[in-house]
Amino acid sequence: MARVPVQFTLNGQERAEFIESGATLLSVLRDRMGDTSPKGGCHQGTCGACSVIVDGELRLSCLTLAETCEGASIQTAAGLADGSELHPIQKAIVEGFATQCGFCAPGMVMAIKVLLDEKPAPSREDVIEAISGNVCRCTGYEPIIQAVLTASRSNSQQAV
Amino acid sequence: MPLELQTCASPSEVTSALGAGKAYLGGGTLVVRATNEGDIGITGFVRSTDESLKSIEVSAGRARLGASVTMAQIARSEKLAAIAPAARAVGGPAVRNMATVGGNLLAASPYGDFAVALVALRATIHFAESEMEIDEFLEARDGIVAERGIVTGVSFVVPAAGEFRFSKVSRVKPKGVSVLSIAAVIKGSGTVESAGIGLGAMADRPMRAKAAEAALAGSDLSEEGIAEAVRVIGEGTAPATDPVASSWYRAEVLPVHFRRLMLG
Repeated sequence: MARVPVQFTLNGQERAEFIESGATLLSVLRDRMGDTSPKGGCHQGTCGACSVIVDGELRLSCLTLAETCEGASIQTAAGLADGSELHPIQKAIVEGFATQCGFCAPGMVMAIKVLLDEKPAPSREDVIEAISGNVCRCTGYEPIIQAVLTASRSNSQQAV
Repeated sequence: MPLELQTCASPSEVTSALGAGKAYLGGGTLVVRATNEGDIGITGFVRSTDESLKSIEVSAGRARLGASVTMAQIARSEKLAAIAPAARAVGGPAVRNMATVGGNLLAASPYGDFAVALVALRATIHFAESEMEIDEFLEARDGIVAERGIVTGVSFVVPAAGEFRFSKVSRVKPKGVSVLSIAAVIKGSGTVESAGIGLGAMADRPMRAKAAEAALAGSDLSEEGIAEAVRVIGEGTAPATDPVASSWYRAEVLPVHFRRLMLG
C-alpha cells in the first residue's frame, strides 16, 4: 500500500512520518513515533485507555485515523511531566494511590487534564462525568475522583 | 493492515467515490470500530473536508445541523440548549467529541440515542440533492446512501424550553449502552396539542411511538391523562435481546420509564 505523509505536533515537537493510509493515530503514535503512553485496550472506543488530546479535545486514538490529524497539536500522557517533575495531575494520582496496574492511567490522565483545563475547580459530579469514558478495573474509581479533586485544590492554591 | 483513506472535497465527490466495500468516515466511532473488530466487508474509507458539514445554523426557530456536527458541539450550543440532554447522553467526553449526527442516524440499535431525539423532533434529513422525513429515512436507511448519496445534514424546529423531554436508561452509571431511550416533544400548555415520541433500542433502529402520540393528543399530562398512552407505548416495538437487556425486560420497563418521563 502506498504510504502517505502526515505531519503534526506531538507534545510540542514537530513530527512528520510516512504512514500507511488509514492507519490509526494509536498505531502511528506507538509503532512509528515511539510514544507508547496511549494504550490499545478494546480498540472499540469503549475503554478510553487510548485517549489523547487533539487540538484541545479529548479523542480516542484507536478510532481516529492519523491522516485526519494533519497539522493538529496532539498531547499524550508522555508529554505531561517536565523532566523528572511530574505534572500535578500525575502527582495527585501517585500520592492518592489512584493507580494500580496503570493500564488506564495515561488515558485517564488526559481526560482529567481536559477537565481541569476547562474547569480548574470541578465538582465531584464534573469529575465523574469527565472520566465516564475511561474504564478502570483496579481502583473502583473513588481514589481517582479524590485525586482529581486534590489536584484541583492544589491548582487553586497555586493560583492564589 | 490499515485500509486506505480517500479524501474528497464535497459530498457529491464522496458519493461517486463510495463503491463496494467503501465506508464513509465521519467521526470514526462506527466504521473504524467495525474494521478494528475485523469487519472484512469494509475495504476502504472515504471522507469529506467540506466545512459546511460541521456547521450549526439556527434561524427563525429552525435548526440545520451538518452531518459531521458532533454530539459535543450540540451539547455546548446555547441555541440548542433544549435538546442538549440527548447529545450529552451519547458516550463519554471523547466519544462525544467524535460521534456525529450522521453516524447517529445510521447506528445500529442499541446505539443512536440522538437519532431518537430527531425522531421526536420530526426532523428532515438532507442529502446533496434531496431531502426526506426521518420516518421515511429510517425505514429506507439500509440502502439509502447508494440511492441518494451521503446524508449532508438534518433540520428541525427547535423546541421551546420545557417542550423537549429525554430519558436514557442504562445499567452502567453515569454512562452506558441503552437499555432503552425515550425522547418526546410535547406541545401545548395544560392540554397536549401534539406529541412527537421517539423510542431507542425498542427495534433494530429508532422508531416513532405513533399510538402513544395519538393517545396523548388532547389529553393532559396527569396520571389519568397519560394512562392510555402508557398502555399503548409498546405498540409496534420489537426490541432485541442483547448483552445489555432481554427483549422481555425492555418491553416490561418501557411503560414504566415512559410514565416517569411524562409525569416528571
